[in-house]
Amino acid sequence: MIIPFLWMILTSLKTMGEATQLPPTIIPAIWNWNSYVQVFDYMPFLHFYWNTILMTAGRTIGQLILCSLAAYAFARIAFPGRNILFLITLSVLMVPLQAYAIPQFLIMVELDWLNTLKALIVPGLFSAFGVFLLRQFFMSLPKELDEAAKIDGCNHFQIFFYILLPLTKPALISLSIFTILWSWNDLLWPLIVNSSPSKLPLSAGLASLQGQYATNFPILMAGSLLAIWPMIVIFIFLQRYFIEGITMGSSK
Amino acid sequence: MFNKQRSNRKKFKKVSPMKKQDYLWAYCFIAPCFLGLFIFNIGPIFYTIYLAFTEYGSFGQKTWTGLDNFLRLFQDPNVLIALKNTIIFTGIAVPVSIFLSTIVAVLLNQKIRGVTIYRTLYFLPVITMPVAIGMVWRWLYNGDYGLINYSLGLIGIDGPYWLVDSNIALYSVIIVAIWAAIGYNMIIILAGLQNISPTYYEAAEIDGAGPLAKFFNITIPLITPTLFFVTVISIISTLQTFELIYMMVGINSPVTTSSQTLVFLFYREAFINHDLSYGAAISIMLFLIILLVTIFQLKYQKKWVHYG
Repeated sequence: MIIPFLWMILTSLKTMGEATQLPPTIIPAIWNWNSYVQVFDYMPFLHFYWNTILMTAGRTIGQLILCSLAAYAFARIAFPGRNILFLITLSVLMVPLQAYAIPQFLIMVELDWLNTLKALIVPGLFSAFGVFLLRQFFMSLPKELDEAAKIDGCNHFQIFFYILLPLTKPALISLSIFTILWSWNDLLWPLIVNSSPSKLPLSAGLASLQGQYATNFPILMAGSLLAIWPMIVIFIFLQRYFIEGITMGSSK
Repeated sequence: MFNKQRSNRKKFKKVSPMKKQDYLWAYCFIAPCFLGLFIFNIGPIFYTIYLAFTEYGSFGQKTWTGLDNFLRLFQDPNVLIALKNTIIFTGIAVPVSIFLSTIVAVLLNQKIRGVTIYRTLYFLPVITMPVAIGMVWRWLYNGDYGLINYSLGLIGIDGPYWLVDSNIALYSVIIVAIWAAIGYNMIIILAGLQNISPTYYEAAEIDGAGPLAKFFNITIPLITPTLFFVTVISIISTLQTFELIYMMVGINSPVTTSSQTLVFLFYREAFINHDLSYGAAISIMLFLIILLVTIFQLKYQKKWVHYG
């Protein structure tokens, strides 16, 4: 399981000559940290980072706000059309990305958003999965909470924001983790809408790195490691929430 | 007629101002998310269907062509190859990864030291960017300098050019897909295992059941709901494999055509060849396949899934 990762680290620390010598060495003869500098020299790697961070943060914050508001209404307020609207939202869950990618791309063309960060962020702000996940959690909270707050004169926004939202923290963390992971690693959509190197996120940037430096394995490995470490760190610290989020759906 | 109107008015009047206010809140809360889903997901699905019946010109003009795109689908040898590859990919990767994940999950369910570390190690590929995974495996698979062929050489095997041989490139990618999926499936199966009450095993032990009997008569039947869930999720995601093929085989390799899957073909036709209408037809075909497979599984789960 771990060998590819070790090999990634070891290769990134070798010189180009040592990486392609036969028989291969396991431990680098000379510890060469240059590849980590060269990645930044040859490519707008800092741009890649910045774009990925903005894309990930934008989508995640947007989803948390929009999905939790909608989920609260679906779970806590009885209103005409609730079932049909919720059913429509659920049906979006079952459709693969490919089925709406072309019109989404045409919308980006119409808005003249190709090669902008807006194209990376805006279509990812809305999530049927997020609404579903948070609604399930809101449903599990006792109804008495809202009733007591209503008697005290709270309106729906106050009930949502001050009373229920703080209790929803575990579900909000699970949704954030999924959105962060999915955004950080997303490749197909960035490939479709952005081609200018300064507007690429890490995933698409790395993919283009492979095209240009097809044989410089130490640089490719250094770039890969720089791209994946944030997710590994997040995983190590938030392991419990990852596992809770993944297993949440399976028990039902 | 008159009565109906009156009853409608009555019904409307019955809604108290407070309830009306509730409705207003609800619609305000739902509107931003729903409008977004409508503009970027629901509307586009219908537009994709419309596009598939047209020919999309280079300046955005569309001509209605009826079933032409779909007729082309059935005659296109590339579609046949992609379809075959998608079936091979899913047919191998899903059962093998679920089989291996079950074994790993059962092993990790014992009381052994450092379970968290093992769990983390198996989970690493799940959280790692597929682009980076493709990159390192491309390097491992390298025909001349790759670690895999070097290791095979040590035991006297002359390793192939894994990713540039049209007979094996697809299978090389499948191996990586299995490796990458084990951790995710394993976590779900592990959760299923931990829900099994120990009393079942205690009862079986009293009856003198050995470890294998316990595994096949207690563990497996009791985790069938979990295995069912994992199967459905894995099939849906495997049918959409794109990143690994994009990274390891690439768009310009001589083996691209013989190794592509449906999603890859969709990307190529729609966004490399700029044939949006044909791409739309491919994506509808993929959607229908996913839908059919899922409905089929839901229907036939009764045959093997036991809910306690």
